[in-house]
Amino acid sequence: MESLSNKKKVLEQKPLNFMERMYLPAIVKGMGITISHLFKKEATVRYPEVEREFSTNFRGMHSLKRDENGKERCTACGLCALSCPAEAITMIAAERKPEEKHLYREEKYAATYEINMLRCIFCGLCEEACPKEAIYLDGPIVPADYLRKDFIYGKDKLVEAPLEMKK
Amino acid sequence: MDTGFIIEKFILVAVIFGISLVIAMYSTYAERKVAAFLQDRLGPDRAGPFGILQPLADGVKMFMKEEIIPTSSNRFLFIAGPGLALLCACIGTAVIPWGNPIEIGGKIIPLQVTDINVGVLYIFGVVSLGVYGVMIGGWASNNKYSLLSAIRAASQNISYEIAMGLSIIALLLVTNSLSLKEIVSKQHGFWENGWFTWYFFKQPLGFLIFMVCSFAETNRAPFDLPECETELIGGYHTEYSSMKLGFYLFAEYINMFVSSAVMATLYFGGFNYPFMDLAATHWGANWASIIGVIIFFGKICGFIFFFMWVRWTIPRFRYDQLMNLGWKGLIPLAIANIIITGIVIAIIEKF
Repeated sequence: MESLSNKKKVLEQKPLNFMERMYLPAIVKGMGITISHLFKKEATVRYPEVEREFSTNFRGMHSLKRDENGKERCTACGLCALSCPAEAITMIAAERKPEEKHLYREEKYAATYEINMLRCIFCGLCEEACPKEAIYLDGPIVPADYLRKDFIYGKDKLVEAPLEMKK
Repeated sequence: MDTGFIIEKFILVAVIFGISLVIAMYSTYAERKVAAFLQDRLGPDRAGPFGILQPLADGVKMFMKEEIIPTSSNRFLFIAGPGLALLCACIGTAVIPWGNPIEIGGKIIPLQVTDINVGVLYIFGVVSLGVYGVMIGGWASNNKYSLLSAIRAASQNISYEIAMGLSIIALLLVTNSLSLKEIVSKQHGFWENGWFTWYFFKQPLGFLIFMVCSFAETNRAPFDLPECETELIGGYHTEYSSMKLGFYLFAEYINMFVSSAVMATLYFGGFNYPFMDLAATHWGANWASIIGVIIFFGKICGFIFFFMWVRWTIPRFRYDQLMNLGWKGLIPLAIANIIITGIVIAIIEKF
């Protein structure tokens, strides 16, 4: 039958000729290839000591950002939770009290903000949905743990360190 | 027979036994390192500097693991199998000359456990005994696949034994001796009377056949059919666990060491090296022999590296290919080699 894509290649399977049946030339050639690898640099990254650098568009653990004054950017609008295809994000909003003005940027803030890291698929839609540039997936790989409940990350793990602690 | 002689031999045996065990131990480490380097990896590097304590860690692990003996197995033979494999592997070192005799306090100590005049035959006998360990292990497990694998190992060993024996006959035509010591002493130095003294240069085809057969005899890639995971689970040692499995694997490495030593002795001059007479006149005979021993071990290590290099390059043969190569390839070649050698020797002696 005629091939539709014209990409089909017919392989010819000829019986081996004498030199090929001797195996030795091919073996010598193969051994040349392997010995040349003895002198190449290893591709291994010595993991616990050396960590491999992520690419610039790597999406890792989430972090909730602060603004230039150290106030939390998140206003608990819920757009991230809405855009999340895995429904990993939940939050409870609360109203800012006057004495908390230095903590939160706007009147509404997230009292609790939880991401279930077992559900999260690291698609980055929360990042895109956020109108306040408050959430970014710029962290490392989420570490392993023993219990399912430990994978629900609250604000203690997600919110960026305060400005004075940062440097 | 005086006590001095017995003590001397006892020390020599102990030292050689120790050395072969240590070399086998570090072959496992070297194998993993060589494999890693040939594949652009690092290999074991956690236990000690560069991972050199890895064999000890492996040994501890092997001894600590749970030992399972199948209820349907033949218990005595099941336990005897690995021991037999290890024993057969170890006794091959008895006839290998490790170096020129050393003189200590007026007493000449030969660096060879025993110089029997049929050394080559002894080696062959021991090597062919090695298949008993595999065969008994496979049979005693009472597992179909182990038995199949053991039968494979046996038929493979027997097939390649023939080609090996024939390839050595051509060498014996040249050397006129079966004593390994004499074969080595005939390869004195490196260059004599306008030709290389090492038999590799006189018998390259014989060496090639011998080498291929020793790969098959030691059950190493590309002839490691007795232990192919895809076809026969683990091979003849499927049912073995903990140190019994360790013994089988260890026996393979000792076999590799012994056959490297035999190849170095028969074809690569053993402990002979270029300018050895010069070394003997400059530094004395003892130092020359010690250098010879070191060089001999260097050659052995080179062969062991070669074994590993081949293992990590060439895929396994199919069983029918293996049999074809053995019976239709190597045996006729070996016979041709005998005929050619005989003709050449006759011509040289006539003219």
